[in-house]
Order: sequence, then C-alpha cells, then structure tokens
Amino acid sequence: MANVKRSPWILHYDGSSCNGCDIEVLACMTPVYDAERLGVENTGDPMQADILLITGGINAQNAPVVKQLYDQMPRPKVVVAVGICACTGGVFKDCYNILGGADKVIPVDIYVPGCAARPESIIDGIVQARDLFQKRSEEHDALIRKQKMEKNAKENG
Amino acid sequence: MEVSRIIMPILYVVLAPLLGALLTGCDRKISARMQRRVGPPILQPIYDVIKLFKKQVIGVDRAQGFLLFTNLILTVLTGCLFCLGMDLLMVFFILATSSSFLYLAVCVTGSPMSSMAAQRELVQEMAVEPATILAALGFYLATGSFGTLRIASQPVSAIIKTPGFFIAFCFVLTVRMRKSPFDTAQSEHAHQELVQGITTEMGARNLAMFQITEWYETILMLGVAALYFLNSNPWSILLAVVVILALYFVEILLDNTCARLKWKDLLIDLWAVTLLCDGINLIILMMI
Repeated sequence: MANVKRSPWILHYDGSSCNGCDIEVLACMTPVYDAERLGVENTGDPMQADILLITGGINAQNAPVVKQLYDQMPRPKVVVAVGICACTGGVFKDCYNILGGADKVIPVDIYVPGCAARPESIIDGIVQARDLFQKRSEEHDALIRKQKMEKNAKENG
Repeated sequence: MEVSRIIMPILYVVLAPLLGALLTGCDRKISARMQRRVGPPILQPIYDVIKLFKKQVIGVDRAQGFLLFTNLILTVLTGCLFCLGMDLLMVFFILATSSSFLYLAVCVTGSPMSSMAAQRELVQEMAVEPATILAALGFYLATGSFGTLRIASQPVSAIIKTPGFFIAFCFVLTVRMRKSPFDTAQSEHAHQELVQGITTEMGARNLAMFQITEWYETILMLGVAALYFLNSNPWSILLAVVVILALYFVEILLDNTCARLKWKDLLIDLWAVTLLCDGINLIILMMI
C-alpha cells in the first residue's frame, strides 16, 4: 500500500519544441498506448505533479518558466527530458537563442532520446521515472522522520 | 433499536470513503473501456490519496487547509445525521454550509484559475439548491415526514408518489458528482480551460482531503437517491442498490458522451427541469 510509484502524476511542459515530441507525449495517453493503466495522470498543475516531462530546448525566454515550474512542484519529484532537444538542444544547439538541454536550468534525472521520441520510449522513461520517484519518496519519508526525531529530542532537552 | 441507530453513522464514517473510492475506481475503469483503453486498476483512487498524503505540503494560503478540513467535517456530520434518521431539510442545509466552506477554500488563494472555478461553483450551488430543497418537500408530501428513517419505513416506496422529484434529483446528482455536462467548476483533465478547476491551488494533503470529502458527499447523495426506493420491505434495499448502480452507470455514460455546458445554460436547464418536474409533481400531490 505504501508504494507511491503506482500513482505518478505528470506535468508536461513544452519548451521550444517543434511539437513532434508533444504529439508523442499526448499519444501515450491515447487508447493505443494508454499510459493511464500505470496510474499516470496528466495533471497540467505543478502543485499536483510528481514527474515533470520537458520537451524542446531551453531558450532565454523559457528558462525562468521551467525553473519556476520545477520549484512549484512538491518533493519528491523527478524530471524527464523527452526528445533530443530537451536532452542536449538537438539540431538547435548552436542557435543564438538556445541555451541547451533542460539540464542547463534544472537537474534532469532521465533522458529519453529520439527525434521525435517514440511513445514506447517515452513510456519506458516514465516507468524508470516512477521507480526513481519511489526511491526519492522513501528518502523523503526518512528525512521527515529524522527531522521529527531531532525536534522531539530538542524539546525533551 | 438504540444500538442499530449508533451503528449506522459509524458504518458511514468508516465505509463511505472506501465505497466512494471503489466507485470512483470503477468509474475510471468503465470510462477507459468506453474509450477502448485498458484503464487504471480499480484501487487507483486509493493509491492516489495515499501518495498525496506522503508528499511535501506547499500551502498557498494557510487558511485553505483549515477551510477544507471544515468542509470535510461538515460533510461527514451531514452523512451521520442522515444515517441517524434526522430531518432531511437539516441535512441539505448543513450540506449547503459545507459547500460554502469549499467555495471559501477555493477562492482564498486568489489565483485566477481557482477564483474563476469558485465563481462557477457558486453558480452550480445556486442551480441545484431549489431542486434539493424541493426534493425534501416532496418526501414530506409523499410520506408525511422529513425524518429519513420514517421515509424509509413506509409501506410503499416514495417514488410511486414522487417520480417528478426523482427526475429533478437525478440532475442534482449529476452536478454534485461533477459529471459532464454539468462540471463547469471542475475540469479534471489537463487539456480543459481551467487546468484543474477548483483544485488548481490544492496539492498534497489538501487535495487528498478534498478527494475524501467528495467520496463522502457522493455516497450521501446516492443515499438520498436510495431513499426514493426504500420501504418497510427488506427486499427494497436490493432494489435501491440496483437502481443506484444503474444511475451511476448512466452518469458515467453521460460524462463520456456530453460536452460541457456554459454556466448560463446550466442554470437555465436546471431551473427549467426543477420547475417542470417538481412543479407538476407538486401540483398533483397537493390536489390528491
């Protein structure tokens, strides 16, 4: 019952993608691939999300947005970069406005390559992300317990 | 008699969220099958709530948690009063109070999405309130009592005399369960215009609390629907359960086939149905 990995909720953010990866991310939710059978829900709300899916490269305009979305997500959280643009900047890497992949502004945990990334590999990325989410959740619980014990110890002198 | 009177509310407090979660799970599974998907496991809503309790709490406003908790307590209290056989009018009034706490919890954060959802929530409340109050009146005219136990122990079911009130109540049920075409305040899918509607600014524990309140409320409203079919014959319980499950299936079907209405259409439609069904039924009951 304590498994949080059975309920990974996703926030999908489109950086400066060509929409190819976005279409494939949405395809994951359609009848053919049906990621919802893994408990995945596309929330669209950072306050409720566990996994941040980023598509497209990071440019000067969306860098603060991505950073803010990441900060608004409650711990434990996992970031998945979908598509080669979100991984490294892809073919746009040397453009004047592109800073690079999503890892230029936030820590990325899982890289899903491809142009566009195929739904199968995106779902594989989500499955890896939810295992990591489970691990982080256990670490988070341990941290909370430790903080409580320290607080109690302080109060009891 | 005394013991059974205490057991019913305790059963409600313990079982209602579990039943609500299972119903929601079946709802998601059936919806998925209607869209030719496999769908999540039936226990998925329970997994979701457990996960939400384990997440870090980021409160946009401190009052939100308190207001949502009050909403939960008032809803549970309403259900207990209903199970104790108290006045149906009182049940509906306290339920309206708990809804106003939900409204406050939604608009206290000041974000544009949830403020807009809060306004729509108020409009929904306004649309269903006349039909809700009239439903209680219908029970009184048919059975001579507002007490839920008295209504449920009549020799014949209330539905015989109040079919019009029941039809209007089905519309109330659709709004209360936040099903399309009447789900203006709650847009639970990411591609809809209000992102997450009234739950936009709720996360972690607060969202879990809201979800559990919804389950309590759904079970309570289905209980009121059951009241139309219950009578002194124990077999009527089976009939009520079958009707409730059929009703729930129709709600899921509607949810998957209807587009959402605008708030004006919602208000006009609900009031028209209330006026027609409740009005005609009321006149006939007054004349006999």
